[in-house]
Amino acid sequence: MNSNAVWTSFSTIIRREVRRFMRIWPQTLVPPVITMSLYFVIFGSLIGSRIGEMGGYSYMEFVVPGLIMMAVITNSYANVVSSFYSAKFQRNVEELLVSPTPNWVILAGYVLGSVTRGLIVGLVVTLIALSFTSLSVQHIGITIAIVLLTAVLFSLAGFINAIFANSFDDISIIPTFVLTPLTYLGGVFYSIELLSPFWQGLSKLNPILYMVNAFRYGVLGVSDINVVWAFAGVLSFIVLLFAWGLHLMTHGKRLRH
Amino acid sequence: MTAALSIRNLQKTYDNGFRALNGISFDVQPGDFFALLGPNGAGKSTTIGIICSLVRKTAGQVSIFGIDIDENFPAAKQMLGVVPQEFNFSQFEKVYDIVVTQGGFYGMPRKLAEERTEKYLKQLGLWDKRGTQARMLSGGMKRRLMIARALIHEPKLLILDEPTAGVDIELRRSMWTFLQEINREGTTIILTTHYLEEAESLCRNIAIIDKGDIVENTSIKSLLKTLNKEVFILDSRDTLDECPDLKGFEGRLLDDHSLEVTVEKGQSLTELFAALGEQGISIVSMRNRANRLEELFVSLLAENKQLEGEE
Repeated sequence: MNSNAVWTSFSTIIRREVRRFMRIWPQTLVPPVITMSLYFVIFGSLIGSRIGEMGGYSYMEFVVPGLIMMAVITNSYANVVSSFYSAKFQRNVEELLVSPTPNWVILAGYVLGSVTRGLIVGLVVTLIALSFTSLSVQHIGITIAIVLLTAVLFSLAGFINAIFANSFDDISIIPTFVLTPLTYLGGVFYSIELLSPFWQGLSKLNPILYMVNAFRYGVLGVSDINVVWAFAGVLSFIVLLFAWGLHLMTHGKRLRH
Repeated sequence: MTAALSIRNLQKTYDNGFRALNGISFDVQPGDFFALLGPNGAGKSTTIGIICSLVRKTAGQVSIFGIDIDENFPAAKQMLGVVPQEFNFSQFEKVYDIVVTQGGFYGMPRKLAEERTEKYLKQLGLWDKRGTQARMLSGGMKRRLMIARALIHEPKLLILDEPTAGVDIELRRSMWTFLQEINREGTTIILTTHYLEEAESLCRNIAIIDKGDIVENTSIKSLLKTLNKEVFILDSRDTLDECPDLKGFEGRLLDDHSLEVTVEKGQSLTELFAALGEQGISIVSMRNRANRLEELFVSLLAENKQLEGEE
C-alpha cells in the first residue's frame, strides 16, 4: 500500500470507530458524564466544602483534574476493548484482516478512535466542571500532552485486553478489578501527602498516580510527584504496549489460526 | 501464462494436532470459473483461510497472479476478494457504510468507494436497503451484501465459500447470473458449494478435496465423461402394473407411473425408447435421479475411503 492508501485506511478505521461510539451515545457518552457530575456534586460540592483546602486549593479545584483524568482513562480503555472484542465476536475484524491494511495501521486506527472518545468525554466533563469551579490552566502544554499520552496508553492496554478476551466477561475483568482500584487509589481524591510514608511509597508504584498528578500539575501547578517521571513512564509504557499489540497482531494466534 | 491462483504442497496442521491439509497442489487459470468441492471438514475453508490470511499455513506456497503471499501479501490481497461462508460484518452497521468502509480498508478514495458501492448495491438489488442495519436483512440479502463488499475493490480473483447456502431458488439463480456476468467480464472465480448442480452449471474446472488431499483436479467436462452409468426417472402417461421388458436396460418400477432405468456407458437412449415404444408405453417426462456431478462426487469419495482402508 502506498502512503495515500495507508492514510485512507487509517482514517477509515477512525471514522468507523467514531461512528460506532456516536451511534450508541447513550451507552458511551452519557453515563460517564452523569457519573462525573455526581462526583462533582457529592465529593466536590457537598463533602468537599467541609474538607477545606488540599494542596493549597479548594477541594473542588483539587478533585477536578483527577476526575477529568479518570473519565479519560476509563473511556479510552472501555471504547477499544469493547469495540475490538465485538469485532472479534461478530467476526467483522476479518474485514480488516483480509485487506492489505498493515497491522500497525489497524492498531493505530483503533487506538486513535478510542483516544477520540476519551478526549470527547474528558472535554464534556471539563465543561461540566466549569459550572462548579473556575479552572485556570497553569501549563497548557503539559496538560494537553499528558492527557493525550494517557489516552493513548489506556487505549493500547484496552486493545491488548480485547485480543486476549474470549468472552464479554473477559473485557470487564481488568476495568473492574485493576483499573478502578488503581484510579481510586491514584490520587484522584486526595494528595498522597496525607498518607503515612509506607502507603506513600506503595502509592508511588501505582502508574495512574503519576498521570493524575502530571495532569493536576498542568492545570493547578501542584503535584505529589516529579512530572518528568510521569512522562518518562507513560512514554515507556506506550512503546512497550504498542510493540506488544503489534506482536500479537502479527504473530499471535488469537486473531489468525 | 501466470496462474490466477497457484498452490503448491500446501500443508496445515492446527495446534490441536489436526492435520487439515496434507500438501495439496492445484492451479486456477485466469478467467476460470473453478469449483473447489469436498465434504464438510475436507479442508476447503482452511485452504481459503490460508489464501486470504485468516489461517497461517504450516508449509507450502501460495501465489496469487504470480505474487507469493510470503513475499508480498498486501499486493496479493489487493487482487483478492473473499465471500466467507459465515456472515462476518457488524450487524449494527448500515449496508451502505459496510461496503464503503471496506473500500477504505483497501485504500480507495472515499468518492470512488461510494460510486462503486452504489454500482454493486444496485446490481445486487440492495440499493433500497442501503440505509438499513445489516441485522435487519434477510439471509439472502446478507449473502449479497458480502458479495458487494468483496467486489468493492474490483478484485481479479473472487473466492466464494458457499455463497448460496440457505438462499431460495429464485435468488440463487439470479446470483448465478450475476456471477457468470462478472466472470465474463474477466474476474476469475473460485466457488465452494454443496449444491453440485451449481458447480456443474457454473464452473469449467474442478478440484475435489477430501480429508486434506486433492482426489480429483480436472475439467467438469472430462470428469462427467468418466461417468460409467446414469440413472434416469421416466414418467409414463399410462398406468404401469409391472416393470416392462427394457431389452438389456436395468430398470424397476417406482410407482404406477414412474420407472427408474440405469443406462450404462455405451448404451443408447434411443434403444431404450424404442423398447418402451414397442410395448406401447408413452414417456411424458424424464430426469436424472441425481445430479451427474453428484454421482461422481459420491463415487470419488467412496473410492478415496476404500483406498485409505486398503492402506
